[in-house]
Amino acid sequence: MNAKLKPREFPLPSSVKVIPGTERAQAAYPYHIQFSRADDRKFWFYNSMHFPEPMSAFDMVTAEAAYCALGAANTRVHCLPTTLGIDHRIINGRVYIGGNGVTDPKEIARRTTEFEKRAFYYYENWESLYANWKQKMLKLIEDAKAMPDPVLPEFEPLEHVHAGRGIASNHDLLVTYQKAIEGYFRMWHHHFEFLLLGYGAYLTFFGFCKQAFPEITDQTIARMVAGIDAEIFRPDDELRRLARRAVELEVDAHFRDGASVDDVLRSLRASGEPGRRWLEELQASREPWFNINVGDGFYHYHRSWNDDMSMPFSALQGYARSVRAGKSLDREIGRLLEERVRLIADYRELLANDEERAAYDQMIALAHRVFPYVEGHKFYCEHWYTNLFFNKIRSFGTLLAAHGFFASAEDVFHLTHYELESAIIDLMNAWSSGSEPRGPAHWPPLVAERKAAIREWARHETPPALGPIPDVIDDPAIVMLWGITRESLDNWLSAGTATDSNEVRGFAASSGVVEGIARIVKSVEEISRLQQGDILVCQVTNPTWTPIFQKIRAAVSDIGGSMSHAAIVAREYGLPAVVGTGNATSKIKDGQRIRVDGGRGIVTLLQ
Amino acid sequence: MLVPKYISWFSDIGLDDRLLVGGKGGNLGELQRAGINVPPGFVVRTEAFEGLIDELERRSPLRARIAPLVAGDLQKIAAVSRELRARIEEAPLPADLKLQIRDAYRRLGGSAPAPAVAVRSSATTEDAADASFAGLQDTYLWVMQADSVIAKIRSCWASLYSLESLSYRLRHGIAESTVAMAVVVQAMVDARTAGVMFTRSPISGDRSVITIEGAWGLGSALVSGEVTPDHWVVAKITGEISVRDISDKAIRHAQAAAGGVEVLAVEESLRREPCLSDQELDSLRTVGRQIERQYGRPQDIEWAVDRHSQQILLLQSRPETVWSNKDLQVAAARVSDPLQHVMKIFGGRR
Repeated sequence: MNAKLKPREFPLPSSVKVIPGTERAQAAYPYHIQFSRADDRKFWFYNSMHFPEPMSAFDMVTAEAAYCALGAANTRVHCLPTTLGIDHRIINGRVYIGGNGVTDPKEIARRTTEFEKRAFYYYENWESLYANWKQKMLKLIEDAKAMPDPVLPEFEPLEHVHAGRGIASNHDLLVTYQKAIEGYFRMWHHHFEFLLLGYGAYLTFFGFCKQAFPEITDQTIARMVAGIDAEIFRPDDELRRLARRAVELEVDAHFRDGASVDDVLRSLRASGEPGRRWLEELQASREPWFNINVGDGFYHYHRSWNDDMSMPFSALQGYARSVRAGKSLDREIGRLLEERVRLIADYRELLANDEERAAYDQMIALAHRVFPYVEGHKFYCEHWYTNLFFNKIRSFGTLLAAHGFFASAEDVFHLTHYELESAIIDLMNAWSSGSEPRGPAHWPPLVAERKAAIREWARHETPPALGPIPDVIDDPAIVMLWGITRESLDNWLSAGTATDSNEVRGFAASSGVVEGIARIVKSVEEISRLQQGDILVCQVTNPTWTPIFQKIRAAVSDIGGSMSHAAIVAREYGLPAVVGTGNATSKIKDGQRIRVDGGRGIVTLLQ
Repeated sequence: MLVPKYISWFSDIGLDDRLLVGGKGGNLGELQRAGINVPPGFVVRTEAFEGLIDELERRSPLRARIAPLVAGDLQKIAAVSRELRARIEEAPLPADLKLQIRDAYRRLGGSAPAPAVAVRSSATTEDAADASFAGLQDTYLWVMQADSVIAKIRSCWASLYSLESLSYRLRHGIAESTVAMAVVVQAMVDARTAGVMFTRSPISGDRSVITIEGAWGLGSALVSGEVTPDHWVVAKITGEISVRDISDKAIRHAQAAAGGVEVLAVEESLRREPCLSDQELDSLRTVGRQIERQYGRPQDIEWAVDRHSQQILLLQSRPETVWSNKDLQVAAARVSDPLQHVMKIFGGRR
C-alpha cells in the first residue's frame, strides 16, 4: 500500500454520482463522453474556464468539435513532442478534460523530428500562412451566411419543378443542417491550426522574462507582446466612435436610463436627419464588428451584440457622457505603440549581458510574429462564426417549433446534435408522407426534464479535479491553455480548509487598490445589475465585456490568467483586477463590501 | 605661505576626488552633480587629517605604533587604539582650519544660527578606492554649534583608529600610510518619513524592481530595527506597485530640542497608515533609476522626505553588494536557430 498517502486527494471519476433525478438528462450524452471505470486511472480537471455553467445538450457540440480539432493539430498535424490530444467527459453538465502526455524518451525524440519539420515551417512562414488563414475563415463565414434558413412549403415551388431540380425541399433541410455541423467542426480545425504554436512562442518569451526578472508581473510581459490594433479591440473602438458621432450629431440624449433598445431606436428614427445619419453609422459598425458575443462563444445563449444591442447601447450612454464631459475616448494607437517600444527597450537594458539580450531579441521577435493570430482568431472563430452557427441552429428551432416539436425555438438547444438530426429527419419524413411528425409527442417532456436538470446541476458544486494527482504537469497544452500547474492543484486541494480567512487570492492582473460593493455576476443576463462604481465579481472576465469596464471600479474573476485581455483592458481603464481566484463568486456575497488589491492579487472581505 | 584649502562643497567634487574627500564625500558630490536632491554640505578634506597626523608624528611616532601589531591580538590593538585616539582628541588644531570649518558651518546654516548637521566619517585608501569601510567609523547626528562640529570632526578622525578599524586593516593587510580620513558635514533633514531603497530585489536579485522600506520620522528608527517599516515593491520600468505591506509603526525618531534623537510614540491615527504616498513612491523610483544609471549598477540608497518642504532628499547611495557578487544564471543565450527557443516549451519537462 502507498505509505505516503497524501493528506487530501481528488475524488475518482467513478465516485462522482449523477445527481438524482437527472439520470435521463445525463444519458442524452453519447456513450463515448460518459465516465467509465477505466477513467479512474487518469487525472481529469473541470474545464471551468471555457464551460463555467452546466452545458445544455446541444452546446456540448463545442466540446466535441474543439477537442477533435485540438487533438488532431497536436497529435497528428504538428506532432507536439510531449503531448497528444485531450479527452473529454461530461457529467452533471460539467465538462472534464484530461491530457495525454508522451513520456517515452524514444517516442518524444521521434515526434521532435516531425515537430521540427512541421511547426518550424509554420513559424518560418507565419505571415503568409496566417494571411491564407484569414481568407479561409472569411470564405467559411461567407458560406455560413449563404446557407438558407430551413423552410418547408406546402407544395414544392413551381420553378423547382420546371427546372427539373429533382430534389425536394425536405432534402435541403438535411443538407443545410449537415453543412452547418460540418462548418462548425471545420471552423474548430482552423481555430487550432496556429493556436498551440502561437501560445508556445509567446510562453517561450514569457518563461524567459520570468527567469530573467523573477518579480516581473504577467501583465507587463503581456504588454510587451500585445498588439494595439487587434480585431478584438475593434468592437469597443467602434462604440467609442459611435459615442463621439452621437455627440457631434447631438443625438446622445436619446440614450436614456431605463430606455430599451427599441425605445432608443424608435426615438432616433423619429428625430429626423441627425438620427437617421447616426443610425447609418451604427449600421456600418454592426457588420462585422457587432458580431461579437457577450461570452466566449461556448453557449447558445451568449448572443451577439447584433442579436441583442442592450450591452453596446448601455455602454454608449456612458461613453457619450464622457465625450460631453470633454474626455477623449481615442485609444491613441501611436502613443500606445511608442510605449510598447520603450517598455521593451527599458527591460532589455536591464538584462545581464549581451548574450541574454540577443536571446531576448530572438524570442520577442517570434512572440510578435505569432501574436496577431493569438489575439485575432477569437473574433473570427468564437464570435463571428459561432454566432452564425448558433443562429442557424436557432432557425431550425423556429421551424420545428412551428411544427409543434417545441414550445419555443430556443428549446432546440436541449437536443444533442445527433438527436436534432433525427428530429429533422422525423419532420422531413412527415412532410413527405403527409402524416403527423412524432416529435411533438416525443420532445417536449424531454426538453422540460433537461431544463430542470440544468437548473439542478447549477445548484451543485462540482469537484475542480478528479483522479490521481500527477507529480508534475508538463503537458504544454494544459499549462498553456488552462494555466494549470502542480501548484494550482495544491491550491485547489487546500481551498476550503482556510474557511476562516477573509481573503481571496488570485493573479495580480492590474494594480491599484479600491474598496467598494461587490456585485456577483454569474451570467451575462445579470450584467444589467451592475451599478456605477460597483466591483464586478464574475466567473470569467471576457474581452467582450470591455464596454462595462467604464462602469465598474474593479474586477475579480474565478478564472483567468495572464493571457486574458481583461487584464489589459483593466489596465487601460486603470482599474484594479484580480483574476483566477478559483472561488471569488462563491466566497464573496453579493452586496458585500470588499477591497481589491490588484497589485498583489488579493481581495479582502470587509464585513 | 598660502593657506591650505581644507574645505570642499559637494557641488565641487565627484567620485574622482575620492582620495581627497573619501568615498562618502565623493558619492554625495557625484549625486548632486547628477541633479539629485541631496541635503547640502561640505567635506573637510583629507589634507586636514594628514596635517594633524604629520604634526603628531613630529612629536612622536604614531603610525609606527601600529606596524608591530598582530591581527587578532585584540588586547594589544585595544591598548594602541586608546592611546592613538586620545592623542588625536587632545591635539590642538590649526587656527586656519578651525576658521574654515566655522565659516563653512555658518554658510551651511544660512539664516539659522545653529543649524543641525550630521558629521560623518568618510575614509579613503589609495590601495582600494572602492573599499567602503562602511560602519567602521563614527557618524554623529543632530550636531549643533560650531564648537561641537569641530569636536565631532576630531572624533571622526580618531575613529579611524578605533579597535574595529584597526583590526579590519590589520586583517586585510591595508598599509597605514595609504589610509586617510575626510569628514562630511551635512545639513540634517527633519524627516517626516525616511527609509531605504534597493534598486533590485534583495530576495530574488531581480533588477527590474525597486524595493522601498520606510517609516515615520528619522531613518535611524528603521536602520536600528526599532520599527517594522512599510514595505513596497515597485516595478522599475512601469512603476506598478506589486507589493504593498503596511505595518503597524508604533514609534518614530525625532530631533530632540537639545540636539540628538528622541523616541516618540506615533499618533494612533497614523500608525497603520502608509508613510509614503503613491506619488512619492513613484518619485523615489525615478530617483532610484537615475542614480543606478549614473553609477551603472544597482544601488542601496538612504532617503528622507523633509517634514517642511515635503521634498525627497537622498542621504546616501552605495553599490548593492550581495547580489552583484553572485554569479547569476543567464536566463537564455543566443541560439543559431531562434526557433530552437520554443523547444523549452514544447520539448518536455521544464
